[in-house]
Amino acid sequence: MVWVNAILQGVLVGGLYALFAAGLSLIFGVMRLVNIAHGDLIVLAGYVALTCVTLTSMNPLVAILVVAPLSALFGYALQRLVFNRTLGPDILPPLLVSFGLSVIIQNALLQVYTADSRKLNAGPIEIATIPVADGLSVGVLPLVMFVTAVVIIGGLQFMFYATPLGRALRATSDDQDVARLMGYNNKHLYGIAMAISLAVVAVAAVFLAVRTNFDPALGPQRLIFGFEAVIIGGLGNLWGTLAGGVILGVAQAVGAMINPGWQLLAGHLVFLAVLAFRPQGLFPRVDG
Amino acid sequence: MTAPAFTISRATPESRIALAFAVLGLLALAAGPYWLDRNGMRIVGDFMVYLGLASLWNLLAGYAGLVSVGQQAYVGFGGYVLFGAAIFLGVPPLLAVPIAGVGAAIISVPISYLVFRLKGAYFAIGTWVVAEVFMLLASQWSALGGGSGISLPIAIVREIGATRAMRENLIYWTTLGTTAAILIAVYLLLRSKWGLALQAIRDSETAAESSGVSVANAKRLLYVVACAGAAMIGAIYFMTKLRISPSAAFSVNDWTAFVIFMTVIGGIGRIEGPIVGAALFILLRETLSDLGAIYLIILGVIAVAVMLLAPKGIWGLLQEKFGWQLFPVGRKLVLDTSKKEGN
Repeated sequence: MVWVNAILQGVLVGGLYALFAAGLSLIFGVMRLVNIAHGDLIVLAGYVALTCVTLTSMNPLVAILVVAPLSALFGYALQRLVFNRTLGPDILPPLLVSFGLSVIIQNALLQVYTADSRKLNAGPIEIATIPVADGLSVGVLPLVMFVTAVVIIGGLQFMFYATPLGRALRATSDDQDVARLMGYNNKHLYGIAMAISLAVVAVAAVFLAVRTNFDPALGPQRLIFGFEAVIIGGLGNLWGTLAGGVILGVAQAVGAMINPGWQLLAGHLVFLAVLAFRPQGLFPRVDG
Repeated sequence: MTAPAFTISRATPESRIALAFAVLGLLALAAGPYWLDRNGMRIVGDFMVYLGLASLWNLLAGYAGLVSVGQQAYVGFGGYVLFGAAIFLGVPPLLAVPIAGVGAAIISVPISYLVFRLKGAYFAIGTWVVAEVFMLLASQWSALGGGSGISLPIAIVREIGATRAMRENLIYWTTLGTTAAILIAVYLLLRSKWGLALQAIRDSETAAESSGVSVANAKRLLYVVACAGAAMIGAIYFMTKLRISPSAAFSVNDWTAFVIFMTVIGGIGRIEGPIVGAALFILLRETLSDLGAIYLIILGVIAVAVMLLAPKGIWGLLQEKFGWQLFPVGRKLVLDTSKKEGN
């Protein structure tokens, strides 16, 4: 039963990892940009939520409604003012600029909020559980997080394949120049994509901050988890990313059961194994 | 009637001056223990460490398009090899430096087969994951202090040199010698057949491949060289510090972010770039480091601004303005006009 429990918890954490990954995957899909600062943006949004909660003493889960739009606006501005200037055939400029942004955000957070670790308190929901079987129960909060992740990824999938905006994003992703000829404003679309990415980041940030302690240095590891989920699941497939997140979560949970020091290592090893034996990921996109 | 006389020249007038200055500078730095105080030697040592790493990263990213964010894997590996070899096998620390280099070269080959499956930016994060794995493995190695790290035992420290001054001088010369060797190797590599291939890859991978360059082999060779160099520098650095811990040894900020910043600010894809960038980085650090986090914010802002406004870096700007080529790796056609008059 301990093992079943570990695997179950791993699956639920996997939903959070998939949320880290969804924003990363979205902007890579649309504009081939790998945002090294993605993890730091998650932590930044976590601190913005912390400030909201401290100022108004609202429930952190409600704070998502404030932080997500702010984060989206910030994302649009960031894309229009900074990242759009770096896009081109050379991958180096966007990579280096986002690396620089990562160091700037980390140290700015350190300067403003110090290195103390913080946590958001979501109230009684944090300890509520649903008994599933004898000696096995599921936390309500992890379940809410997992379901939210599934809903968000389903929503992104719907947005991408069933709305005019999704059609526009897919068009710019397929061919920038032709999309421009068809009257799309790529720069604006990239801004929208980054805004959506950062809105998802805000949700992930609040969940992360409610689930565990966080501090300014936590970003890079979130980026790596998100990245691993994307690669394990297969590039360009959002449901694959969800599966990748779940696999990563389970690998870490099982690793931690064997030896607490192996939690992160197990996740990385699964990632490297996928890279070695199935580099296209487990569920690569099937182009129609 | 003869064809116009010409010669193929690599040197430029300023490159001859630069070479003379480089030799003089190296000699002056080699005599450092006789005219520098301890703080001065520390600054020169750190400059050499970063100059070596930046030159190697420049070779990877600037020439082969291999934007690695995981070179800290090898810096830390080198440090741990030195500590492990010295503590468990009784290898003299200075001898452990080349051993670390060879060891890194050997393990970088299978790793290259793994990470080379990822392209571009994904390669970058893939190398980072490898570095994380290295760090986690080092944290599990309890004989070397696990997560909290270990100091070099005093008996081994005495082995490097009997007195403190002697030790510091020996380590200083090793640092200087290693970085000088790396710079000379980079320069010679870029002037060789492989260098031509690498510059072709830098300009257009497809065109290089179709001209008969084996892109995959050239990249792998470069990766192995860069990893071996990073490991030797790491071994020397942690020998200087006499202490190693996983978080310091595999720090992405210290060994990759700063190295990338100085290469970009100095000018990526040019030999001179890392020299300018590393000098500027040390200068900024010595003047601003009291500011703590703000200093790192300033560094990040400068790097982003340079990337957006002057992607060729400071050296790129100077080169465009004055046409300088201090360490030329290309070839120039020089027509000899004086002889034509006689015919």
